[in-house]
Amino acid sequence: MRVKLLQASLLAVLGIVLAAGARAEINVGVTLSATGPAASLGIPEKNTIALLPTTIAGQKLNYIVLDDASDTTTAVKNTRKLLAENRVDVVIGSTTTPNSLAMIDVVAEGETPMISMAAGARIIDPMDGKRAWVFKTPQNDAQMATAIVQHMLDNKVRTVAYIGFADAYGEGWWNEFSKIAEARRIQIVGNERFNRADTSVTGQVLKILAAKPGAVLVGGAGTPAALPQKSLKEKGYKGLMYQTHGVANADFLRVCGKDCEGTFLPAGPVLVAAQLPDSNPIKKVALDYVAKYEAMHGKGTASTFGAHAWDASLLLANAVPQALKKAQPGTPGFRQALRQALERTTNLTGAHGVFNMSPQDHLGFDQRARVMVRVDNGTWKLVE
Amino acid sequence: MDLQIALLLGQDGVTNGAIYALLALALVLVFAVTRVIFIPQGEFVAFGALTLASLQAGRLPGTVWLLLAMGTAIALIEGATAVRARRFRRLPLILLLNCGAPLLLAASLLAVSPAGLPLPVQVLLTLMLVVPLAPMLYRLAYQPIAEASVLALLIVSVAVHVTLTGLGLVFFGAEGSRTPAFTDASFALGDAVLQGQTVLVIVASILLIVALYFFFERTLYGKALRATAMNRTGARLMGISGDLAGLLSFTLAGAIGAFSGVLISPITTIYYDSGFLIGLKGFVGAIIGGLASYPLAAAGAVLVGFLEAYSSFWASAFKEVIVFTLIIPVLLWRSLKTRHVEEA
Repeated sequence: MRVKLLQASLLAVLGIVLAAGARAEINVGVTLSATGPAASLGIPEKNTIALLPTTIAGQKLNYIVLDDASDTTTAVKNTRKLLAENRVDVVIGSTTTPNSLAMIDVVAEGETPMISMAAGARIIDPMDGKRAWVFKTPQNDAQMATAIVQHMLDNKVRTVAYIGFADAYGEGWWNEFSKIAEARRIQIVGNERFNRADTSVTGQVLKILAAKPGAVLVGGAGTPAALPQKSLKEKGYKGLMYQTHGVANADFLRVCGKDCEGTFLPAGPVLVAAQLPDSNPIKKVALDYVAKYEAMHGKGTASTFGAHAWDASLLLANAVPQALKKAQPGTPGFRQALRQALERTTNLTGAHGVFNMSPQDHLGFDQRARVMVRVDNGTWKLVE
Repeated sequence: MDLQIALLLGQDGVTNGAIYALLALALVLVFAVTRVIFIPQGEFVAFGALTLASLQAGRLPGTVWLLLAMGTAIALIEGATAVRARRFRRLPLILLLNCGAPLLLAASLLAVSPAGLPLPVQVLLTLMLVVPLAPMLYRLAYQPIAEASVLALLIVSVAVHVTLTGLGLVFFGAEGSRTPAFTDASFALGDAVLQGQTVLVIVASILLIVALYFFFERTLYGKALRATAMNRTGARLMGISGDLAGLLSFTLAGAIGAFSGVLISPITTIYYDSGFLIGLKGFVGAIIGGLASYPLAAAGAVLVGFLEAYSSFWASAFKEVIVFTLIIPVLLWRSLKTRHVEEA
């Protein structure tokens, strides 16, 4: 009898210890494009993941980081693996719009929240049963395109030509930009495409020059976007030049050199964090991110792309404590609670803007999330 | 389209066509001698351009480590063979050639800052770093299966290409580089302006093609390569080593690739993965030449350059489609004209 009692109490104690120990950790699955065409965006994101906090509200976080090589099929495969094998509570990724779009079905089926780091508005719009699980941190293309059109109008630009990537990025920008420009009565006199790997854009540039536009918008990301601009300058183009926020990294300035002086582009405020007025709440968060990133990787290395991953983590840090009150990590209940908490994010300041989400808007950025920037003496300069 | 635009486009087409022609010649050469479809040809363009850019930026290019690693691997294999055959006297030469030379190069790069050197020396250093990779690749990847079918060799080529692209990303990063122009000179040609760099590319390509012609017509090694291309078994019976022919053709292909990279890096931004598309366009030219005829391959490559330049003016979104569709009528015509012979 005595022995039995001892056994029972031992078991009970053991049970309590195990239960405390088994208090599940939160698994965060990450799939991003650290190699392939989108590597210049994916690498800073990957570097940022390494800086993220390993505990939120006393709960340990495990990051499982996979590379999808900028490939849609691999992104889907990675997502399935993260859900099935690693039983993740949330997925962060991917870097590009096509990859993120393809992942929506998988996370909706697995009822797991996903935070995309890609720009395309279609990732969260139109909102439906599947997209209810999907959130994103980068500004929508439309928001950036509006900023460009507004700036063109302010500078009395009447005619504009567009040259963009012959892929989803260039096509997406063309759709948004042409729609807004036409609505605001700016005449579009040229629409050309080029490839990321092209060694020459002479043909496209000559055609644009023949149309004599008042401004040219280049719809490209990273250093390849420098090629049309260099060709235009070489052939004597004197009008205004616009780029998209896809070029906002130091390598673009290095490759484009003096040919990019005076170029305008819309960007997230983190790009010019130090130049923001002190009254702007974003300044503190953005500078904090830049300082952390550059402490690890050297001065001048922080880019806006990595800050999207940082913002994803800020969203989690805000939502996880609320979800923990409702359920244990690793359960469907926790994932549902996390989704609801993310959707209720209000007034959360990130490095790129202030998030105010709703069931209809899974991004929640306002005008504070973008600034116009000019290239000035090889640096980014905030345009007042 | 007025005359000035036509002239500018033509100039662009000739410049790109000259580079594609060089690559097409290298592809035909390698295929004729070793039956390898050398897909990694383009990687040598990218490696050449990016190694030069790294040297100019004062960084130690990653190709140094690749050279050291591959040299060590070859020394181990050759050394093991020599030890097994009890030919110990060959060991010093093997070590010196495969480990000593790359080490010496790496040490001299560390000793003097390459950024301050004059441009011709930088170009020479680039070639010394990149060109030996080609024969080393042959020794490691192709020589052990030199007698395999064309398909097996092609599969190895794909593997080598993917590996080199991945290494390129590690060595040079995802962003591209552009080197300063060799010359700022420009000439007025009627209404159009002819850039000095463009002239340089065309002249250098023509000189290289002429040099290749004399190499094949006048030198013993050139003749040996031609003999191997015509009849491998026959050439071996005449005492021409198949391995040597392979090494030699790969060295030439590597040199042409790296030199092309050096030539075009001031004209355009080169990325770690730019080489593939450039090589592929050279390949279209080589296909037009049936992977056998040098003049036809060069002409085909120049045609690709022109087609690319003019289609980028008329229909920029469909440029690549137009260029690569060219291959279909060519293949159709060739398959109707020649009788297909099943490979034994």
